[in-house]
Amino acid sequence: MISLIDYGAGNMASVRKAFEHLALETEIIDKPEQISKAAKLVLPGVGNFKSLEKLEQTGMRAAIQESVARGVPFLGICLGMQWLFETSTEAPEVKGLGIFPGKCTRFTETPRSLHVGWNQISFCNSSSRLFQGIADGSYFYFTHSYWCPIESSSSATTQFQTEFAAALEKKNVFGMQFHPEKSGDSGLRILKNFGELPC
Amino acid sequence: MLSKRIIACLDVSGGRVVKGTKFVALRDAGDPAELARFHAEGGADEVVFLDISATRENRTTLLDAVRRTAAQIFVPFTVGGGVRSFEEAAALFDCGADKMTINSAAVVNPKLITTIAMRFGSQAVVVAIDAKRAGNSYGVWVKGGTEPTDRDAVTWAREAQECGAGEIMLTSIDQDGMRSGFDCELTARVSEAVSIPVIASGGAGSGGHFIDVFTKGKADAALAASIFHFGLQNARELKQELQKSGIPVRLPC
Repeated sequence: MISLIDYGAGNMASVRKAFEHLALETEIIDKPEQISKAAKLVLPGVGNFKSLEKLEQTGMRAAIQESVARGVPFLGICLGMQWLFETSTEAPEVKGLGIFPGKCTRFTETPRSLHVGWNQISFCNSSSRLFQGIADGSYFYFTHSYWCPIESSSSATTQFQTEFAAALEKKNVFGMQFHPEKSGDSGLRILKNFGELPC
Repeated sequence: MLSKRIIACLDVSGGRVVKGTKFVALRDAGDPAELARFHAEGGADEVVFLDISATRENRTTLLDAVRRTAAQIFVPFTVGGGVRSFEEAAALFDCGADKMTINSAAVVNPKLITTIAMRFGSQAVVVAIDAKRAGNSYGVWVKGGTEPTDRDAVTWAREAQECGAGEIMLTSIDQDGMRSGFDCELTARVSEAVSIPVIASGGAGSGGHFIDVFTKGKADAALAASIFHFGLQNARELKQELQKSGIPVRLPC
């Protein structure tokens, strides 16, 4: 069972139907006690970093922290990956999980302030478990206006205005800046790889 | 490198795909879910579903088609046509749409853009602008391109961005269905005025037209409807042609 964390913003339907298409069972959860029981956690995300403060207010942040420390596989998608850093200039008062150092910052305004569309990723190493079966240089669908810094746990990078972290992988914690659920067969393969990780 | 997007557009009426010539003559081109999957597998970067009958018929058939389509495609899926309220937009997202387009209702009430963007994120809100040349500028038309307004297309695009739009889908009414090329001048003017992506629409008839709109028109993405539906060219063939001309595209394996 893959538990999708709902924090009241964005759209859970796309991630859910991608897992269902792969015959992986999902549930949508929004309480700390549900997080504590989950075997695998996914934090999908679109919208504003500010909306993530709900995770703190509801006690879900602490529950996630505890589950991650126990080794429960955790996948943060888009905003969900940004939340794994300390914070974002989008809402500096909202604390991220701080598993990765640094903060997310905004793209410049010109000529385009949003990174929207299909872009290629470059692998940082060949040992990523989620990229098994994926070719270096594959295209994925991105849509974001803030970007995460590259650091030692980055498993792939992408270039748009600057080079930033496209994916992260550290033990049981994974992040994808792009949307695997919207990236065709390559994206589905990543979700399948996540679904097949040992709990 | 960020690629230029080729977006397959399905014009839908009464739950079936139709295609339009100057928004009037219609010809049935099949089941929306099947066609959406066909295009996604054939290399389209996104699929758009425009319910051109939405202001006249009930929405239940549309929502059912959206749900069936969303369950089968795993590339971005946009739905629009006749969205008048936050509730109607929310219903589309519930059925699995990733983005929605809003047109006439946003012109009447630009705050609707903000309301939807606040809840679902700017990336989910595409403001569709139907523009028609008037002398040296372009006017905004509404109600499926049948009714003029006093708005200027470039000014309105900028305002839509300020209200929270994540993308602009810009249709040239003059070129729509003509297959004689996009209106590159219109597209470039809007593209230079905003910092969000601009999707060019209306007039695609050949690969060369796409090359023009990505270079001269400065478009981030381009929409194609009739060019694909009758096997004239699929997205993969089109992209191979674009790649030869140095346009960055995602070539599906």
